[in-house]
Amino acid sequence: MSGMVEKSGKAVWLIHFGLIIGIAIVCFPIYLAFIASSVTQAELVRPPMPLLPGDQLVENYTRALFSGVNAPVWKMLLNSMIMALGIAIGKIVISLLSAFAIVYFKFPLRGVFFWLIFMTLMLPVEVRIVPTYEVIAGFGMLNSYSGLILPLVASATATFLFRQFYMTVPDELAEAARVDGASPMRFFMDILLPMSRTNIAALFVILFIYGWNQYLWPLLMTTDPDMNTIVMGIRQMFPSGDDLADWPVIMATALLAMLPPVLVVVLMQNLFIKGLVDTEK
Amino acid sequence: MEKRVTFRGWKLPLILILPQVLVTAVFFFWPAGQAIYQSAFIPDPFGLKSQFVGFGNFEYLFSDPYYLASFKTTAIFSILVTVVSMSVALWLALMADRIIKGSGTYRTFLIWPYAVAPAVAGVLWLFMFNPSVGIVAWSLDQIGYDWNHKLNGGQATWLVVLASSWGRISYNFLFFLAGLQAVPRSVIEAAAIDGAHFWRRFWTIVFPLLSPTTFFLLVVNIVYAFFETFGVIHTITSGGPQQSTTILVYKVFADGFVGQDLGSSAAQSVVLLVVVGLLTVIQFKFIERRVHY
Amino acid sequence: MKKALLGTLMAATLGTAALPAAAATEIQWWHAFTGRLGDLLAEQIETFNASQEDFTVVGTHKGNYSETLNAGIAAFRAGEQPHLLMVFEVGTATMMSAAGAIKPVHEVMAEGGAPFDSDGFLAPVKGYYTTPEGDMLSLPYNSSTPVLYVNRDALEAAGLDPDMDLSTWEMVDGALDKVKAAGSDCPLTTAWQSWVHLENLSAYHDVEFATKENGFTALDTELSFNGPLQVAHVQAMGEWAKDGKFFYAGRRNEGGANFRAGECAFFTESSAGYAGVKAEAAFDFEIRPLPYWPAADGAPQNTIIGGSSLWALSGHEAKEYKGVAEFLSFLSSSDIQAKWHQDTGYLPITTAAYEQTKAEGFYEANPGTDIAILQMTAKPTTANSKGLRLGSFDQIRGIIDEELEAVWSGDKDAQAALDSAVERGNQLLRRFEQANK
Repeated sequence: MSGMVEKSGKAVWLIHFGLIIGIAIVCFPIYLAFIASSVTQAELVRPPMPLLPGDQLVENYTRALFSGVNAPVWKMLLNSMIMALGIAIGKIVISLLSAFAIVYFKFPLRGVFFWLIFMTLMLPVEVRIVPTYEVIAGFGMLNSYSGLILPLVASATATFLFRQFYMTVPDELAEAARVDGASPMRFFMDILLPMSRTNIAALFVILFIYGWNQYLWPLLMTTDPDMNTIVMGIRQMFPSGDDLADWPVIMATALLAMLPPVLVVVLMQNLFIKGLVDTEK
Repeated sequence: MEKRVTFRGWKLPLILILPQVLVTAVFFFWPAGQAIYQSAFIPDPFGLKSQFVGFGNFEYLFSDPYYLASFKTTAIFSILVTVVSMSVALWLALMADRIIKGSGTYRTFLIWPYAVAPAVAGVLWLFMFNPSVGIVAWSLDQIGYDWNHKLNGGQATWLVVLASSWGRISYNFLFFLAGLQAVPRSVIEAAAIDGAHFWRRFWTIVFPLLSPTTFFLLVVNIVYAFFETFGVIHTITSGGPQQSTTILVYKVFADGFVGQDLGSSAAQSVVLLVVVGLLTVIQFKFIERRVHY
Repeated sequence: MKKALLGTLMAATLGTAALPAAAATEIQWWHAFTGRLGDLLAEQIETFNASQEDFTVVGTHKGNYSETLNAGIAAFRAGEQPHLLMVFEVGTATMMSAAGAIKPVHEVMAEGGAPFDSDGFLAPVKGYYTTPEGDMLSLPYNSSTPVLYVNRDALEAAGLDPDMDLSTWEMVDGALDKVKAAGSDCPLTTAWQSWVHLENLSAYHDVEFATKENGFTALDTELSFNGPLQVAHVQAMGEWAKDGKFFYAGRRNEGGANFRAGECAFFTESSAGYAGVKAEAAFDFEIRPLPYWPAADGAPQNTIIGGSSLWALSGHEAKEYKGVAEFLSFLSSSDIQAKWHQDTGYLPITTAAYEQTKAEGFYEANPGTDIAILQMTAKPTTANSKGLRLGSFDQIRGIIDEELEAVWSGDKDAQAALDSAVERGNQLLRRFEQANK
């Protein structure tokens, strides 16, 4: 660590100070949002807003959770949770299987399939939104969880991660399994899967956040307010026309919207970092 | 890259790979193909009839000054977001790298903004800069600077840049920190003994060794700015004022779903497809090569 | 214990199975109203639902007018369209060209057999939504016209006589000077800038907005609102914006919040803003006719309608259309219309409702609420003042809004902005023409 080189007390304190400033800048918007969600609308309408928390926390959060604007926030949180879990688990499951097939088998069209899957890395969903909307509508899957989840499961980042990982698994293990007469699926379930646990967990963190934070796709395909997810639903709370914005409730909703992914990141920090670094290789 | 030991049989692998191939075919290739096909038509909004126009939609696009402006807007926006978020992240990483005690705590505090959706970040920053109630807008007014991003395009651009960069700082910070921590201590110490002070050491040793990470982050941040910032723009400015924050992906949405001009939207999707394809090729060909040595 | 549990379970299941199997047919209505208007609309729905048992109307708020229209279109593409869609007046051309997507109201009413007298509708209101042969395509629901709201207290505070003559823009300009000098941040604000200060401006002064009678007679219409009168007006407003006499609050009716809070002295807005202003204003206010420029020949002509109409979308069953017909008949009945008009400030769409309101003494008790009707019906319409029928007009309004915003922020002068708006808007008209040949 380059810190070993200069170790005067003043320099170290300066660095700590600088980092604290950095953190303060990064956290300031959240702090303000928290304050705003704890005071009354009247205190916010005439700036400057108070800089210390108020006493309306319970009141505002209850209002947000149970009335919201088009749909109560608890419903939106639920929809987001289902969507995020569906995307994370769905992606992980199909990728585990595909990567296993690609790495451990030689079969016709293997190369073709590999490249087909590889190409999905090239196009995020934003580029194909209109026709994807029509495909989903054609299946009658608008306003459904499967419609929310499936188009976002289609890309290959997880497949590549597992492929990379399987490549590093020693050949001896597979050989031993074959010698023992174990079927490929036994090998997969008893040996490969347990070894992949850390990778699966790391990927879960990344994919959960990716799924939870989806915005454009849910915006387009949920026409029924009951299916709104929370990240896309916040914008609907903004007034259109001459209504006044209910800022405390909007801020409370924003904080609720970021809570689950932030918790996941903070509690599973090390896995998160590993997942980030690995998926970008 | 091949495994030396593989299992026999072809039925099982085909079954295993089927779910992913199905999902990819139905939700990726089919819509992508549709986008290309539809770009040659002008449909009416209700989907009842459509006129074949061949390249007409593309001609319309490239003769539309607002579409061309959108390229410029996207480029400026991406560069600003990348520069802002990477510089702040680098500064923080340099500091975090120099301390031993407590770096874990600092890291915790700095990485969680990654989990905040761009759209939510947009809401937070909009609240701070709202011309009527925002505390930052009010403070700027107090010192005589009139803030109204609903009318002023430059201010709107800065606001979305700030909101988009804010969440990205964590991501870049982590990679920079990892990169810095991989710099061999011995090299630094040798330079220090030779009398080089911090900035000298940084520019001649650390920065070159950090360059693979930097290049990698450059590409990733640009792709992020292209696509994932849709939520920020939709929440704060809706592409305005006067389309000054309408980036390419926002225009695809605005023309297709708000303007009901599906032909133009499809043509724009095709253009984006080509642009992203190029970016991905660049990323894999040039960046990957530099990272793995 | 187990037996008791089982017994309870069986009873519960049987109980729910015994619920009536026949439920009322649902009629889905997508609309754009919130706030006071939303409450009044919900009240109408409740009254209808309570008055009969065969049909239940379900109202869903889909966002503002544009969002509601787009939601309806997207839903139609996906096969999930509602029965009734509230479409604002600028979406009329788009809806009219979608023959396969709509079920004309005159057909719905004829098939449904509910009482309906299309001759009883006020001519300027009806004319917007009927074919040249006189067949009604959509039911006018809320029609309004722009008027001038005056904050009398603010005028007094600026040393002006609240009863002063405000019939021309020159007079208003003089008042703005005084109000600004008295320290106001918002002497004048507006809602729906394109509708009030360009579309209605043109009609009110008998000046063309677009060729081919503003699009009524042909699809190959071209915009022409960059004429001298319109440029002069926008230029004047641009100067007012620069001098702090005009405060721009937003494209739609964001200015309403400012006016109702007492911040602004003058507010040009739909006559239907009356509902909100009456409910919330803590100051003395009054409605005046929209000002005009006396130098123009033919001014003041008449103003055109804004607001929305209800379109029935195709693809539903005959049984459901019967419900639609009954609901539309209910909405156009004299009592409901009179109440809606009196509560909201929207025009009564039938002559009967107007007469009923007059007979009840409403206009004497609420001076200024009949200004909207008088302004619209004072003179027979000319080719320039029947209204607009332009395709993709919601998007063209967006272009106009952008260009006007450039004038307010001082980036462009009025001529350049309007020229640019005409050019860009014409491109959209050509694409619309091509898609609907």
